[in-house]
Amino acid sequence: MSARFAVQITGLRKSFGDKLVLDGIDMAIVEGTVFALLGPNGAGKTTTVQILSTLLRADAGDIRVAGFDVNREPQKVRDAIGVTGQFSAVDYLLTGRENLLLMADLHHLDRAAGRRRVDELLAQFDLVDAAGQMVMKYSGGMRRRLDLAMTLIGNPRIIYLDEPTTGLDPRSRHTMWQIIRELTATGVTVLLTTQNLDEADELAGRIAVLDQGRLVAEGTPDELKRRVPGGRVRLHFREAGALGEAARVLGHESRDTEALTLDVPTDGTPQSLRSLLERLDEAALNVETVTVQTPDLDDVFFALTGTTHRVVEVSA
Amino acid sequence: MSISAYALHDSATMLRRDLRHAVRYPMLAIGGLLVPVFLLLIFVGVFGNTLRAGLGASAGGGYIDYLTPGILVMTAGASAAATAINVCIDMNEGIVARFRTMAITRTSVLTGQVFGSLTRTLISAVLLVAVAIGLGFRASASPLEWLAVAGMFAMLTLAMTWLAIAFGLTAKTPAGANSLSLIPQFLPFISSAFVPTASMPAGVRWFAENQPFTPIINTLRGLLIGTPIGNSAIIAVAWCLVLMTAGYVWSRARYNRYVTR
Repeated sequence: MSARFAVQITGLRKSFGDKLVLDGIDMAIVEGTVFALLGPNGAGKTTTVQILSTLLRADAGDIRVAGFDVNREPQKVRDAIGVTGQFSAVDYLLTGRENLLLMADLHHLDRAAGRRRVDELLAQFDLVDAAGQMVMKYSGGMRRRLDLAMTLIGNPRIIYLDEPTTGLDPRSRHTMWQIIRELTATGVTVLLTTQNLDEADELAGRIAVLDQGRLVAEGTPDELKRRVPGGRVRLHFREAGALGEAARVLGHESRDTEALTLDVPTDGTPQSLRSLLERLDEAALNVETVTVQTPDLDDVFFALTGTTHRVVEVSA
Repeated sequence: MSISAYALHDSATMLRRDLRHAVRYPMLAIGGLLVPVFLLLIFVGVFGNTLRAGLGASAGGGYIDYLTPGILVMTAGASAAATAINVCIDMNEGIVARFRTMAITRTSVLTGQVFGSLTRTLISAVLLVAVAIGLGFRASASPLEWLAVAGMFAMLTLAMTWLAIAFGLTAKTPAGANSLSLIPQFLPFISSAFVPTASMPAGVRWFAENQPFTPIINTLRGLLIGTPIGNSAIIAVAWCLVLMTAGYVWSRARYNRYVTR
């Protein structure tokens, strides 16, 4: 049965000291699919990837990658995977080509085959012109592309992409998405972590939502989106009195007394907007401006965990 | 390829990477050479006459003949400091995390550093001896004795390098790695490197005679300029083996425990 699953996790737990980071994760990724692990900073995404990469040892749980137990046969796991981490895993003092040749050597490709593969990847990742430059001089987008190219040298069957577009400008992000899409067309299994719902939606066949070390939902993008409201309407007020009055009329909605705003969920249809505006009119509420917000990670969390989730910056 | 052939292949790959770094970023390697050359110049040019007068008969020809073996040992120490900094910087780079997720020989990352450091240190040592000869150093060693000098020096370097790698893996910052490697850099000052241990006060003398650098320096000095070696050689080899093993075991433990952020 394990042959059908590229990754199989049962009861994964991990803590750092007193801090419980992963609290009983069960997850299975079918071979040849793209699976996104969606969650905010500190949810445990990177820890999960590090455990699946054999960089960290889990405290408990049965973890199999390509059918091999990560604790008992780590070398076989390493042979099957390719990892592109959140922080560029490239050698800054080498040129792009030298970085790729280093990977070819470490995969024990023979000289001619190694060079051929390196040339192929340089062309595929649009790095031919920069091939002879030291990586130190590369832009963020170029480093990410080189990073991924280095991961691909050994033709891994399973690829982990840990926040592959975090910190990239929109253009580089779209280039990266295009590359990942092409990659998945070749039939490899991809585990992608992201903080960005659009990215998961764009690339993944299945999404698991990770919140404070627990999986709170899993499904296809459509299944998840059906459980998420269409977004929010944000009402801006001139003074606190009007805000308080609106909060009373419209119910328990989340309000920000500093910014003088009130968020009201909506499914994004014209009908729901019209009915909201009518209610404001009836109550003669003085709203300064109205903005419609599309669903973001906060909405997913609101819908799935029932609590507004504050995204907290955690360095781990 | 067999497992050991893979190990050799991976270590060679890592060595090539390390040597490329040394070429691209030569400051560390150059710094490792400048310190001993500087010491040689100061002790010969500034303190040389006084020290020679104090040494009396045991100095043989000039003070530089007495001093060069000691400075040679300090070359290994200075190179080791560069290695410790190098390793510490490297371990904080994402590329090492990548190596750890790859099916390569686990310790090749470290052995590559060891052979890289050995290469750099031997080059530094050759240059240092050349400078010493330029300043008037004359060795009486036969070719066989020169070979023994190279062997002794290589053993010392291996021992210092494995310790340096452990320092680099233990320290959280390059500055910390540098501080740790000050210990082996300063120990030769309280040894027979600059003056004979017999001239020191009792307590210091006991320490100087029983610390690892003194027998190593005495062995090198005996081979180079013909002073008596006695049982120094066997003690020197024993110290090198002990330090090398300790450094290797420590490094391996640190490397395997190492967790990326």
